Amino acid sequence: MSAIEGIARTNYAYLDEQTKRMIRRAILKAIAIPGYQVPFASREMPMPYGWGTGGVQVTAAIIGPQDRLKVIDQGADDTTNAVSIRAFFEKVAQVTVTTHTREATIIQTRHRIPEAPLGEGQVLVYQVPIPEPLRFLEPRETETRMMHALEEYGLMHVKLYEDIARNGHIATTYAYPVQVAGRYVMDPSPIPKFDNPKMDRSPALQLFGAGREKRIYAVPPFTEVKSLDFEDHPFTIQHFDKPCALCGSTHSYLDEVVLDDRGGRMFVCSDTDFCEERREAGHVGELGVPA
Amino acid sequence: MYVAVKGGETAIAEAHRLLADRRRGPRDLPSLTLAQIAGQLALAVDRVMAEASLYDPTLAALAVKQARGDMIEAIFLLRAYRTTLPRLAISQPLETAAMQIERRVSATYKDLPGGQLLGPTFDYTHRLLDPALAEAGDEAADVAAATRRPSSGERVMRVSDILDGEGLVEGDGHFGADHVAGDITREPLEFPMPRDTRLQVLARGDEGFLLSLAYSTQRGYARTHPFVGEIRIGLVEVEIDLPELGFAVSLGRLRITECQMVNQFKGSAKEPPQFTRGYGLVFGQSERKAMAMSLVDRALRAGEFGEDIVAPAQDQEFVLSHADNVQATGFVEHLKLPHYVDFQAELDLVRRMRADYEAKRADEASDEDAITSEAAQ
Repeated sequence: MSAIEGIARTNYAYLDEQTKRMIRRAILKAIAIPGYQVPFASREMPMPYGWGTGGVQVTAAIIGPQDRLKVIDQGADDTTNAVSIRAFFEKVAQVTVTTHTREATIIQTRHRIPEAPLGEGQVLVYQVPIPEPLRFLEPRETETRMMHALEEYGLMHVKLYEDIARNGHIATTYAYPVQVAGRYVMDPSPIPKFDNPKMDRSPALQLFGAGREKRIYAVPPFTEVKSLDFEDHPFTIQHFDKPCALCGSTHSYLDEVVLDDRGGRMFVCSDTDFCEERREAGHVGELGVPA
Repeated sequence: MYVAVKGGETAIAEAHRLLADRRRGPRDLPSLTLAQIAGQLALAVDRVMAEASLYDPTLAALAVKQARGDMIEAIFLLRAYRTTLPRLAISQPLETAAMQIERRVSATYKDLPGGQLLGPTFDYTHRLLDPALAEAGDEAADVAAATRRPSSGERVMRVSDILDGEGLVEGDGHFGADHVAGDITREPLEFPMPRDTRLQVLARGDEGFLLSLAYSTQRGYARTHPFVGEIRIGLVEVEIDLPELGFAVSLGRLRITECQMVNQFKGSAKEPPQFTRGYGLVFGQSERKAMAMSLVDRALRAGEFGEDIVAPAQDQEFVLSHADNVQATGFVEHLKLPHYVDFQAELDLVRRMRADYEAKRADEASDEDAITSEAAQ
């Protein structure tokens, strides 16, 4: 049973140093070629594929004891998976955690970009399920890599055009494709398109990790990120008819909460930290109470 | 007033407590020991070792116990441990001709050097539930010990070598001398994939997935006319070269299952008519997996033999990207994670499209009304 006694020991931030170095190399390459998907030798992690293993590996490769880590899922710090990943890094990297966007040096996210503008020195780590924006148009990796190499994005434009022809508008509401630095078409991960404009020329470093698909890509600070559109059908974001019921915000992404079985609905900020800060600053929505 | 949902942390802690409770089961029964699992559920332990790519029966038994018998969960647990282990050395290729054989059957020859040895197989058992195992009756004294014969230590010729003697089967494939075998656990998959890494993917691939793909080739989706040249199960030495010593030393022994499938090939412009081969090698005793692997390996070699690629089992990207059950289960099951941000975006879109649709219908209806009233006048 001696093998069993030795199991609990792992390196700082779980991954061994060779693995971290390999991931850092992939990250540096990704930063050097914005929007390009760098293959990396993704490891099995102690959480399942699909739970953010790519993001966790990126975070594990860049985190140090001086960092302050924030983890969100669906914009919220207290979603079960965010809680679990935060607890993982508290345990394996002895890192200070925070729920405040402004305080964090690393923010790992699933499906949202925080509402508060990010600053220089902050790193936003996205968990990515399918890194290939062309995957649903062409299932073969050998084909899609060739299409990226040749900057052959006609298929994507045809798909968006067909949307307009059928529906009068582009019917993609999340994971809305972007073009980075005028070159690579990139999947922004399944964030609502509401968040796409926040990626453009952000002072923060944006890193994307896809564990199962073994890809890392990046948007360096102050890099142009353009949501694909047409001159006569410019890109637009979602707007909500109502303000947040708790903080009264009119410019944040809202979650719909079903209140009863008689059609009662309320809308609240998806970004919980943003909503709390607003309430602390004295903003009150129609169902909220002053903080 | 509405209070936003909170409490993920407590919920997780409580869920884990409940899980631990359910895992332990009724407290009036003794807890399973790892030795019991490794000794009496050995084939489950073998499967976990094979698909986790880590040969350690004790840790695999621990994984089975911790996973409550969920095989894929156990495989996942052992993989997550394996990933933290350093890579110390690359062993010499296993010499399966020198295997200490427990089972060896060939379907192509009635008798052959080394003989046919049935070994511990379910084949030819009648699948009748045995009540004797349910209660008493399975104690040490009730089960007769198997007859043992000391190993002769002789090498048992592989069937592929017998056929190769006549030049009727393709030889063992080989890469150039400077080829370093790939390692799918250390390098990302790249397509098209050479056979060494393809075989690695198949060796740790999901048994059920490979079984169904192999079955599909038998039912006409990429038919390969297979014969079991040989299946052998037994212990082989693992040796590594130590440059300091100048010779190889043995690290220990592994129980493995090897399958050599012999397939028909009519020949091409470049190759004479001969039998081709599909290869399967799996940790532990797992004939089903080794056979399925060798059928799928052969199907994936279609391009090499100029065969048309028409079926899923021949399609590298389809087979190799989807064979890993830890990846597959993770991605399928992640759908239960919250997706309400994206769903909200879709909800908004469907509502808007619905409103457009209703408006259009209302317009059309009022146009029709106008036409009928005009006609009536």
